[in-house]
Amino acid sequence: MSKVLVVTSGKGGVGKTTTSASIATGLAQRGFKVAVIDFDVGLRNLDLIMGVERRVVYDLVNVVQGEANLSQALIKDKRIENLYVLAASQTKDKDALTEEGVKKVLDSLKDDNFDYVVCDSPAGIEKGAQLAMYFADEAVVVSNPEVSSVRDADRMLGLLASKSYRAVNNQTPIKQHLLVTRYSPQRAEHGEMMSIEDMLEILAVPLVGVIPESSAVLNASNAGQPVILDKESDAGQAYSDTVDRLLGQDKPLRFLTVEKKGFFSRLFGG
Amino acid sequence: MGLLNFFRGKKENTAKLAKERLQIIIAHERAQNRPSHEFLPKLEKELLEVIRRYVQINDDAVKVKLDRDGDVDVLELNIVLPEQGAKE
Repeated sequence: MSKVLVVTSGKGGVGKTTTSASIATGLAQRGFKVAVIDFDVGLRNLDLIMGVERRVVYDLVNVVQGEANLSQALIKDKRIENLYVLAASQTKDKDALTEEGVKKVLDSLKDDNFDYVVCDSPAGIEKGAQLAMYFADEAVVVSNPEVSSVRDADRMLGLLASKSYRAVNNQTPIKQHLLVTRYSPQRAEHGEMMSIEDMLEILAVPLVGVIPESSAVLNASNAGQPVILDKESDAGQAYSDTVDRLLGQDKPLRFLTVEKKGFFSRLFGG
Repeated sequence: MGLLNFFRGKKENTAKLAKERLQIIIAHERAQNRPSHEFLPKLEKELLEVIRRYVQINDDAVKVKLDRDGDVDVLELNIVLPEQGAKE
């Protein structure tokens, strides 16, 4: 049985694509056959984050419109076995995506024995975002510890619960997960940033992970390597834990406490 | 807290402010966007019918309100009975 997992947020720039790339890669590393699809028609970026931007020939819209087969459009990752990328169209109109078209693509991925389909949602709550989440079985809602991001995440949670295929057809609701990104324990400790507890109290959704603010994320996107492949980095390890939790493992949260500072940094302030 | 921070004085806790503002606006927006609000008028009408089997009350005597307190939904019923009490 293949599972459709949407990565969404409402607000832009919180780390949806970074998260989609790392979760898809992490699932494939664990032996699952995974496709990750960019739903941001007109503004594709997943290809860059995955490092496959020069290998895009056909895209999601080509497949939906029957101009290419799924097998022609799926880009096979060169690092990880069983990982495939489906890029968004850069030239087509946003209205090129339809509910039937997306269903067709997801159904053929199921027929091809994919275990997971990760849908990277565009920002906003327009058609692209609605289609990315419509057929989802599980949702990872990404939020920064910042007011506008949390508000938009809450709006998105409401839409997942009311406007998805599962909601409309009275099926078991989409399983929702909260992923907090760009978290800074120092700033939370100083009362400059909402804490994880604050965010959980407001959003009331189970936490699947906390990704610390980390220089590794920009380094990874510069290089076109999903940050989860940077096993030495805090963010990479946090994503790896997140994937394990998505698969039902009980992993304690890491990188939530302030590291002890040395004498000099304490003297002069961090 | 280094020496510099010590001399700068304590900063106000903006995280607390963020949380309080979010709790208010999100409670408000959830109430507006909730599809479950659609059943309230029907619930009100049916409650009115049931109560009327026992007590004669006015059309506007039943008020139903759905609120949210933290992560708990609160259904508030306000039924005004006539001063004379039951008809029997």
